[in-house]
Amino acid sequence: MSNINNHTKEKIWEFLSEIPDPEIPIISITELGVLRKVELINSEVIVTITPTYSGCPAMKSFEDDIKSKLLENNISNFKVLTIHSPAWTTDWINDEALEKLKKYGIAPPIKGTEDKGVLFGSDSKTIECPLCNSKKTNLKSQFGSTACKSLYQCDECLEPFDYFKCI
Amino acid sequence: MTKNEALVKYCLRLGDSSLILGQRMAEWCSNGPVLEEDIALSNIGLDLFGQSRIILTYAGETEGKGRTENDLAFKRLERGFFNNLMSERPNGHFGDTVARNLFHSAFTYHLYKKLSSSFDSTIAAFAAKSLKEVTYHLRHSGEWMIRLGDGTEESHNKIQQSVNNLWEYTGDLFAMNKVDELLISEKIAVDLNEIKHLWNDTINEILERATLTRPVDGFMQKGSLNGIHSEDLGHILTEMQFLPRAYPNSKW
Repeated sequence: MSNINNHTKEKIWEFLSEIPDPEIPIISITELGVLRKVELINSEVIVTITPTYSGCPAMKSFEDDIKSKLLENNISNFKVLTIHSPAWTTDWINDEALEKLKKYGIAPPIKGTEDKGVLFGSDSKTIECPLCNSKKTNLKSQFGSTACKSLYQCDECLEPFDYFKCI
Repeated sequence: MTKNEALVKYCLRLGDSSLILGQRMAEWCSNGPVLEEDIALSNIGLDLFGQSRIILTYAGETEGKGRTENDLAFKRLERGFFNNLMSERPNGHFGDTVARNLFHSAFTYHLYKKLSSSFDSTIAAFAAKSLKEVTYHLRHSGEWMIRLGDGTEESHNKIQQSVNNLWEYTGDLFAMNKVDELLISEKIAVDLNEIKHLWNDTINEILERATLTRPVDGFMQKGSLNGIHSEDLGHILTEMQFLPRAYPNSKW
């Protein structure tokens, strides 16, 4: 079956893409890479999502938002599944969303630079201040306002800012 | 013991250790020495809760008696918990927490690395996901260890005492029984003797950089594999399980 209530897979993907991240409302669940798959199987819609961090409190809200979005569009026969493999990575955030993060005041993750170093001083990447673009910034805390961010401060404009850390 | 029974036990041990250490982290919430650390410790707790949910859900499914992650977390007594003894050590002062978290996260870091290629796909997915988070936890406790050990005379002495006090609980991290034996032969579990070498290297490196002395192995506490715990676990459970026991099935 290729459509339900005149909705195709693509159409469902499209309207689910309107759902914003509850913490960072300028980016959507598709831009974030949380929405993985939409399938139509035996007149049932199966939506698959994956958490950014395993303890991410936003997952419940993503799930609830997906449910109400589907109901709004007259789809009542559905399942929302959560998968953990492949594990979410910041590399899934698309370029457009990275730009949006920066405009929002969050330094975007630097692609392909997963923080593998176990000890401090072992990674020397430069995080640009999203407010004044200065490269003179320093790490204040590995753990910021949410699990996915760390806290930095700019040495030039002195503003503190969040950095979306790489995993 | 069937393979299924062994798998349930194995998952409970993984999930319980994350859950109990997560609960310890939650105790820091609003009590951190500075705001950044309050947030860091609470965030580490959140990661640990997320990890335990994945694997406790799987334990319940594998068991096949309809127990959910919540049933397992909130409706078991001390003897039914298989978390390692390290995870239930009290928070003490900040240095005690740092040392305990270092010993624990260095263990899970190396364990999850190996478990990422477990033949059980759910355990492999759990390990690959958790490894990304635990890397940050190890880094957090490792950095603080160095800062405190190589800090002032007072911080050095205090953190050395924390290390000494916790040392007798490090042996239990690597304890194995028939569950491991069976699952290692199925390539589901990892031989913890292998993890011990890697853990030693990491701990030695950090202790050295922190100018701290590694204690000599002496008497080691044990028992968690059989659900034998210190008195502390009971106190953790009374707090953690109070609400669902006092108000069964309530929701918000």
